Amino acid sequence: MRDALNMSWFEKLLPSRIRTDATTAKKKTIPEGLWHKCPACKAVLYRADLERNLEVCPKCNHHERLSGRKRLEMFLDESNREEIAANIEPIDFLKFKDSKKYKDRLTAAQKETDEKDALIVIKGQVHGVPLVAAAFDFRFLGGSMGSVVGERFVQGANEALRQNIPYIVFSASGGARMQEALSSLMQMAKTSAVLTKLAEADIPYVSVLTDPTMGGVSASFAMLGDIIVAEPRALIGFAGPRVIEQTVGEKLPEGFQRSEFLIEKGAIDRIITRHKLRADIIDMLCMLTHKPQPANMEEIDAIAKPEVIKPVEDDETEEKPAEQ
Amino acid sequence: MNPDFLDFEQPIAELEAKIDELRYVSSSDVNLGDEVERLEEKVNTLTKSIFSKLTSKQIGQLARHPKRPYTFDIIDRIFTDFQQLHGDRAYGDDKAIIGGMARFEGNPVMVIGHQKGRDTKENIKRNFGMPRPEGYRKALRLMKMAEKFHLPVITFVDTPGAYPGIGAEERGQSEAIARNLFEMAKLRTPIVSTIMGEGGSGGALAIAVADKVMMMQYSTYSVISPEGCASILWKDAAKAPEAAEALGITADKLSKLNLIDRIITEPLGGAHRDYDAVSSSIREALEASLRELRALSTDQLLEKRYQKLMSFGQFDS
Repeated sequence: MRDALNMSWFEKLLPSRIRTDATTAKKKTIPEGLWHKCPACKAVLYRADLERNLEVCPKCNHHERLSGRKRLEMFLDESNREEIAANIEPIDFLKFKDSKKYKDRLTAAQKETDEKDALIVIKGQVHGVPLVAAAFDFRFLGGSMGSVVGERFVQGANEALRQNIPYIVFSASGGARMQEALSSLMQMAKTSAVLTKLAEADIPYVSVLTDPTMGGVSASFAMLGDIIVAEPRALIGFAGPRVIEQTVGEKLPEGFQRSEFLIEKGAIDRIITRHKLRADIIDMLCMLTHKPQPANMEEIDAIAKPEVIKPVEDDETEEKPAEQ
Repeated sequence: MNPDFLDFEQPIAELEAKIDELRYVSSSDVNLGDEVERLEEKVNTLTKSIFSKLTSKQIGQLARHPKRPYTFDIIDRIFTDFQQLHGDRAYGDDKAIIGGMARFEGNPVMVIGHQKGRDTKENIKRNFGMPRPEGYRKALRLMKMAEKFHLPVITFVDTPGAYPGIGAEERGQSEAIARNLFEMAKLRTPIVSTIMGEGGSGGALAIAVADKVMMMQYSTYSVISPEGCASILWKDAAKAPEAAEALGITADKLSKLNLIDRIITEPLGGAHRDYDAVSSSIREALEASLRELRALSTDQLLEKRYQKLMSFGQFDS
């Protein structure tokens, strides 16, 4: 009955069989799979175009979230890939049950994502430069960090350490995984600790913040990169906007906790659009490790993605120094 | 309802009130000493029985008890010559975290802890024990100083969590916490942390990466507050008692998971009943921990700390 009150006068006139509530109506206008409506600019995009453009809206440069595996497939060269710590799988060691059992939540997430947990680690190359890359899958229980994420992160770092190659981590996480309770909190300490070993060995660690990177992930390894870059408009912060709003009792400023806000506050090094991530990261890594720049980097990326639609130029933040 | 007692302690409060009455009457003509003694015995048994089966929620209430001993109360009782040091040298002095040098059993140490306020005015000053980035950066500055001058670091944890505010985010709350985790993992001096009251998530951990983590018997340590957890997972903040149970936030449960090293027993009725007794238990536990850690070389100490950090988590492989 509450719905009826929210209806416009026009909807009320319709016989109930024709009435549809707003949410189902919206879903029906875009058939699944073929078309995609950009959540930022509302442009209706041909799904294949969006994919070719690395899941970035060609009209407004909105960066769609990527699954962990897709992220790594996009980032790494096609050859010489080797997954690390894939055998590490989650268990419900606390028999945690809220409105649902953790065990059931895990099974559902595994089914939905085809992954065992929220972090995927792959040793591979970018433009022939060997490195270890890890990426979160936000669809897997909000990319939350529990024991498996922590252990896989550590094993990825250890592999980088053994091979003396850089470590790149793409974060997309709501924070620590509540269903593993304090053990999840301890993953913050565990992941941060392994980074001390990379630091001692002078191995570059690059943290790439993608939408969203919050809570315990943000407050541990994500903010510890030698270089910290973010994709445009990613939500990044410690406390969630809703919690902050409730605590301080005021409306948050526009753009609060977005990449552009963080760079203004000096929290991150760069905002890099998805099309330039491979080239820019590998170039910086080559400088840090005193290696020559791979030949024709940008061309290779362009050839690999022949139908890339030129994105809207947005990377202005790096051109001009911060205003004071 | 007696405000000095928590809801589940009300039967104790009623008996205590009766004893007070009897004492008052007894002081005139009649001698009711026997009756008083009998009732005192009864209070004791009753308290024991109530405290022998506390729920996680009730332990949470004790951890947040307004009369719970705070860091300053402990410093006063177990350290001498506390020399407080202020500020992060960059932005400001966060009064939710205090720190400085002091002597413990005659030896210099660095003491750092969250500090809550006793009344509204002090709570505002101390931000209810919720630090901002400058608090964590002050703590780190003091820890690095301790490392440089070979002082053990002793921390006391009692916070609802790191402050979720606009300014805190602007000044890099995440980075400040992360930096402490990183630096504490490799700090070349012994670190002993004691969870005194509330161990609120990242805000607690940021000064609790340690060689020895001790928990007061009725303290809590959790990845998220039961209220927060309940409102996210149950979509109902009223389910906080269930969430507290599920999260296993109490010392005995965390000890079984090897997430903490030692439980410090509290006096009957909780730490707030007897500050001196609590302090002497903490002193004893600190003394034992430090003695054990001093026997290790710095490299052994760091290796042990690192292996302990790496051991956290359970999974199939």
